[in-house]
Amino acid sequence: MFNTNESEIRLHGINVSPGICIGKAYLVGKEGVDVVDKYFISKDNLQNEIKRFKSAVKHAKDKLQEIIETTPEELRQHIHILETHKVLYKDKMLYGKIIETIEKELVNAEWALKKVVSNVKNMFRNMPDLYLRGRVADISHISESIMQNLVGAKTLDIGAIGKRVILVAVDLSPAETSQIQLEKIKGLITDHGGKTSHTGIIARTLEIPAVLGLEKATHLIKSDDIIIVDGTAGIVIVHPTDKTLIQFEERQSNYERYKAVITRSSHLPAKTTDGIKLEVMGNIELPEEVVSVINYGGDGIGLYRTEFQYLSQRDFPDEHDLFENYKDVVEVMAPNPVTIRTLDISGDKAISYASNSDEKNPVLGLRGIRYCLKNPDVFKTQLRAVLRASAFGPVRILFPMISCHDEVLAAKKILKKAADSLDKEGILFDDNIEVGIMIEVPSAAIMADVMARDVDFFSIGTNDLIQYSLAVDRVNRQVAHLYQPLNPAIIRMIKYVADTAKNNDVEVCMCGEMAGDPVNIPILLGLGVSKLSMNPQSIPAIKKIIRSLNVKDATLFVKDVLKETSETGIMELLLGTYNSILFESGYTEP
Amino acid sequence: MNNSANEFSRRVTITNDLGLHARSAAKIAKLVQNVKSNVWIIKDGKKADASSIIDILTLICPKGSIITLTIDDQSDLGILNDLVQLIESGFGE
Repeated sequence: MFNTNESEIRLHGINVSPGICIGKAYLVGKEGVDVVDKYFISKDNLQNEIKRFKSAVKHAKDKLQEIIETTPEELRQHIHILETHKVLYKDKMLYGKIIETIEKELVNAEWALKKVVSNVKNMFRNMPDLYLRGRVADISHISESIMQNLVGAKTLDIGAIGKRVILVAVDLSPAETSQIQLEKIKGLITDHGGKTSHTGIIARTLEIPAVLGLEKATHLIKSDDIIIVDGTAGIVIVHPTDKTLIQFEERQSNYERYKAVITRSSHLPAKTTDGIKLEVMGNIELPEEVVSVINYGGDGIGLYRTEFQYLSQRDFPDEHDLFENYKDVVEVMAPNPVTIRTLDISGDKAISYASNSDEKNPVLGLRGIRYCLKNPDVFKTQLRAVLRASAFGPVRILFPMISCHDEVLAAKKILKKAADSLDKEGILFDDNIEVGIMIEVPSAAIMADVMARDVDFFSIGTNDLIQYSLAVDRVNRQVAHLYQPLNPAIIRMIKYVADTAKNNDVEVCMCGEMAGDPVNIPILLGLGVSKLSMNPQSIPAIKKIIRSLNVKDATLFVKDVLKETSETGIMELLLGTYNSILFESGYTEP
Repeated sequence: MNNSANEFSRRVTITNDLGLHARSAAKIAKLVQNVKSNVWIIKDGKKADASSIIDILTLICPKGSIITLTIDDQSDLGILNDLVQLIESGFGE
């Protein structure tokens, strides 16, 4: 059935979308584009050359229009990127400049395209703003499609693939990913890209297994090779042996069965075998997502990120708009609680681009509570809206990016003002509303005992806490491996926060990605974290794993964990102790 | 710039949260496709062709930036006014 002469190859990449698939590779090559010949054209041929270029652009643009029109319903929300690409095709700085280059230098269209595009790309690469540097990818995608038309290379037409395959590509453009149809694509792997890339988002939306950032996949894999994609572990296996195939087929059916089981039991409480019930809640960004939290069996909203309304509108949203949104979520979720985090404008929301000052280092800049305390009117408007929503069901307020005790006092003072103003107007709200802070800056963790005096709960935001504590930017490939949730320093920090919270009668919740990864649950349970909040999709798996653990053992286990000196040591101990439970969840490498 | 204060120029403040990013720049460029002559966007002495997304992006205009729009030909006055409205409305974002 397949070539047994070739030996099995195992590739490691970034696991962006879970699940396992086995099938034939379909290599998406962009042949003939890497090497561009330069040749001169005669004056007589100049008009023909320009015409050839124009028609290549027209074809590329028409094709894109066709893609926009036939984009499947579930991906329509992503087509604005394609609309922008359409306008870019005729941009003077590209289109105009390329024609000018052909005319002036009397060179072929391919060469002129290459030259102009590389200038434009360099310009963007040198920009101070992360968002603008990212536009290089847009320029690449459209110039490649023009080039393909010029050299007559076969363009990728995902829509025309006739059998169910696994897509293998260097990178996929938004135009390409929006053509993916579930009945034709089982899974996808690429050389470039990461968790937050457009391709990653689409794969998760469509729930197909995907591994990105494999670097050399397109060199090692040929079309029709049999490959295994394990999007859970982030592995791709090329030319699997019979033994591996059998192993992964079993793993695949285990995963499917497991997925069916956890979905069926997701509405049951997350109670440990020794009878302790944990609250497993969902993180949301849009009011609509509250439905998926309920569908996946969430016990409430542990983190409602409120930035969206600020980013999607032309001006600061008014109190009424904010209130309407919060009220919707609170009413649907009641009697379960909704934790509303106040505005956390930050670097990863492309806000560095929107802020008035150029911040060299936005993650260490004016974000979260710092921004709100500097803009008390904006802050007060939001707090009034949150308070008003508390009349419709249980609401908790969460302040982000707290780095010192004074900030807690200042924020509470503005909250008090907002409450007083509502009182005066005779508007109803819950005057016992619980107030908490994010523990995501190391200084706040260290001062947890002082913070505890003035708050009702802590919410540990692991994404930032890990980034700030270990000084690692996890998007930076050079150091991403140092981003370790189970680093002993992080575990000690969480332990201190959890212990302090307990001693001061303050509740502790964890709402970072760490809470949504089954592998971390035994340790979190042993540390005494009793509330977890995560992406709604992760809720069933986390609930399932909690049901197979018990607090007594986990507490003893953590004592051993605290003796370890490295992340590797902790991981080994973890897998040694809880292997059977974790293996069932499909999270360990076979 | 000799035309910075003539009757064919307008000063506007960028009000949308994302500033002049790819999508808003595309809206400007689309509107300017039908002009007779040139439309320019000027910020801090730097000048960009309003029909080019790429050129607009290189100006780097976050929210709160004040820009000047100018036209070379009087017959494009209608489009100039449309542009001001588009930007002031925050691009309907």
